[in-house]
Amino acid sequence: MNTTAVSSDESGPAREAGISAWLDVDVRLWRVASFAVAAMVAAPIVVVALAWFAPAGDVWRHLVDNVLGEVLRNTLVLLIGVGVGVFALGVALAWLVAVCEFPGRRFFDWALMLPLAVPAYVLAFVAVGLLDFSGPVQSWLRAVFGPGHWFPQVRSAGGVIAVMVLAFYPYVYMLTRTAFLAQGRSLLETGRVFGLSPVAAFVRVALPMARPAIAAGVALALMETLADFGAVAVFNYDTFTTAIYKAWQGLFSLSAAAQLSSLLLLFVAATLVGERRLRGRAQYHVGMRPAREQRYRLRGARGWAAAGFCAAVLLAAFVLPVAQLAHWAWQVARTDLDARYLRFFANTLALGAAAAAITTLCALLLAFTYRLKPDRIVRGAVRFATLGYALPGSVLAVGIMISFVWLDRYFLRPVLEWMGLASGPVLAGGLLALVLAYGVRFMAVAHGPVDSAFERIKPSLWLAARSLGASGREILWRVTFPMLRGGLLGAALLVFVEVMKEMPATLLLRPFGWDTLATRIFEMTSEGEWERAALPAVTLVLAGFVPVILLVRRAAPKS
Amino acid sequence: MSQFSKSARRWVAAMLFGLPGLGLAAEEIVVYSARNEQLIKPLFDAYTQETGTQIKFLTDSEGPLLEKLKTEGAATPADLLITVDAGNLWLAAKEGVLANVQSKTLEANIPAHLRDPDGYWFGLSVRARTIVYHTGRAKPAELSTYEDLASPKWKGRLCLRTSKKVYNQSLVAMMIARQGEAKTEEIVKGWVANLATEPLPDDTKVMEAIAAGQCDVGIVNTYYYGRLMKKRPDLKLALFWPNQQDRGVHVNVSGAGITAHAKHKAAAIKFLEWLSSEKAQNLFADENLEYPANRKVKPHPNVAAWGSFKQDTINVSEAGRLQVQAVKLMDRAGYK
Repeated sequence: MNTTAVSSDESGPAREAGISAWLDVDVRLWRVASFAVAAMVAAPIVVVALAWFAPAGDVWRHLVDNVLGEVLRNTLVLLIGVGVGVFALGVALAWLVAVCEFPGRRFFDWALMLPLAVPAYVLAFVAVGLLDFSGPVQSWLRAVFGPGHWFPQVRSAGGVIAVMVLAFYPYVYMLTRTAFLAQGRSLLETGRVFGLSPVAAFVRVALPMARPAIAAGVALALMETLADFGAVAVFNYDTFTTAIYKAWQGLFSLSAAAQLSSLLLLFVAATLVGERRLRGRAQYHVGMRPAREQRYRLRGARGWAAAGFCAAVLLAAFVLPVAQLAHWAWQVARTDLDARYLRFFANTLALGAAAAAITTLCALLLAFTYRLKPDRIVRGAVRFATLGYALPGSVLAVGIMISFVWLDRYFLRPVLEWMGLASGPVLAGGLLALVLAYGVRFMAVAHGPVDSAFERIKPSLWLAARSLGASGREILWRVTFPMLRGGLLGAALLVFVEVMKEMPATLLLRPFGWDTLATRIFEMTSEGEWERAALPAVTLVLAGFVPVILLVRRAAPKS
Repeated sequence: MSQFSKSARRWVAAMLFGLPGLGLAAEEIVVYSARNEQLIKPLFDAYTQETGTQIKFLTDSEGPLLEKLKTEGAATPADLLITVDAGNLWLAAKEGVLANVQSKTLEANIPAHLRDPDGYWFGLSVRARTIVYHTGRAKPAELSTYEDLASPKWKGRLCLRTSKKVYNQSLVAMMIARQGEAKTEEIVKGWVANLATEPLPDDTKVMEAIAAGQCDVGIVNTYYYGRLMKKRPDLKLALFWPNQQDRGVHVNVSGAGITAHAKHKAAAIKFLEWLSSEKAQNLFADENLEYPANRKVKPHPNVAAWGSFKQDTINVSEAGRLQVQAVKLMDRAGYK
């Protein structure tokens, strides 16, 4: 295990020339390709930002006077609550399963990722349904103890935060778990040699080393929080996203909505830049896999406490909501379940798999090109592009649609027609547009894990392999790829699951007849038929098992 | 063999790029719909069976569908836009994505207040937004109008759905149309002061809260009531028709309009006329427990059982024209 800092003589132009020479690759080709990808991903955000040229009239005055104050306060409360919550829960769970040994650890190791398959709005609906005044829990309490009993206010800031923490902690859990596994315990042993207690070793060694992964996970969770409309709508908790929808649907001003959206992006950008500044120039390269059988054994009560904690989280975030869904689904299955569900299931998986592959490859392309030549332009475009994840889904979906139509009309179509390859629109109404749209939407999701996987590879490793006589291809396939595999699979899994749950872009861009489980949920919930929506929702969760089980168990070095 | 591979290639290309002109029947209509699939598919199937006309459709929410139509412009494949709430139809017409249609059939079948005065869209089913009350804790004699729900006697007894739902925006818009902004704002403030709990996310939750004893009255669309009572007939809930002495119950529509760049305009108009006909109206309204827009058609027996009522005959397009004003008013009044 070596964790030595990279010495400064490896950075700068000398290093850039070195890496591409060690790997026998043509930097120019990679740069052109990654610039094209970055441009495609960034275009919808440019479309959204262009709204500043369309006046929004007196809508702004109304928003400033009556709306923004409260939604800003609410949003801030939500961000802080969810941020602290997912950090604590995600890191604690990751630490337990990656570094400790306790009863049921192998099961919790993958099971704790399952909540990823439950959309936040579904969790919100189930939570409010079960726990609100008219729900079974409080009804039972009233029946037993009479009407006067106290119960925490469910539809409140605390309620939304709790639901979102349970829905979004897996981002932090998953990325941090991979990072902890890659660190191995010998790193901690090193710390202990220098006289640190296990807790101090965790706080002073493991946590700082996992920082890129934790930051990536928390950033994803917070961007999801900002983008969420479904869960906050169930709680009627007004956030910045609510204000965006109000401007669009209520006040009929898409331009005001887009202007608000670009302010949101500005805020996200500032936060991300701030985090990177704080992280500074620290580097996080880590060496080899951890040796096996080096876990902290939590014996007796401590072991069972750890298992109980994991079980409680799994119960609240997954078992209970899915059981409630299954109950509802069972009631409507007789009338609603038909052969079409096979088709929805297959469409959902096919779209998820295609989008996961393309998006992960694009993220790999971007991250690798940056390692070849740390290029400010590509880097800036990528960072800009990944911001889109914080936008409310429908707003980004409309941005994607508009940018694709423009791309089609003024670029692809003329070029292809000139080459004699196509006549008529290329992207409009096709499957390719939908899969590319997923790529745009979820680039941030794929980028985080891939990028933090690259951060763990020391450039000097490539030099070492080169000096041992390996060819560029061998270095890529036998040295680099195995080290990236965990990150790539993690990225693919996240995109896969996200695409399966994705609603606005799927609805807007799907070709005729390409209905998925998510669009089925929409058909039911758009008129408030939540119980009937349980059938596609529970099928979606089942479909989510496929990537979670197939990929997760291989996503990181096992022990 | 080469024939096969050529058609296979064309098929793959069509899948990926959505090339038009492939497998397009002579009689085909393309529909964009914000009314959900299970409510429109039976109608499409019935029409296809009757006429042989194929119907392709895409469902989504109103906002994105409107942007899709605007972005696609003249290239849009859509012939017909079906959507819910007159406000959305009004906006679609204002944004120029609909074409006006002169049709004697539609004008005869659909009452004047349920369609656009210039023929850009036509209401096809009617939903009444009315008062629901707990039969044990509230008496019909206590109830009279929407406005009365602002009086102090309802303090702590009222449940409302969020003001972000277009149904409430339309209701308030109609109140503005009838009695002006100042008076309406007073009433909405009164409602807010009477709330037993924070506004709820949907109509069903409002009724469940009333049934559970959190409040005694609320305002809901009739079909939500029908749906809930079908599932739980034991609930002590009943509908009350307000404002019968003056303007009548607030109604809204789901409806449709021909798109400005329809490729199959004549076929789409024929379909729209069929939708308004006696044959189709029950199919359109009954599945969702709504009222047929065509006066000659009786509602479903379960719906008719709620009693007949006087409805507000102000043109429903007012809901669109005044929606922005209504949303701002509710924000000012603190109705979330």
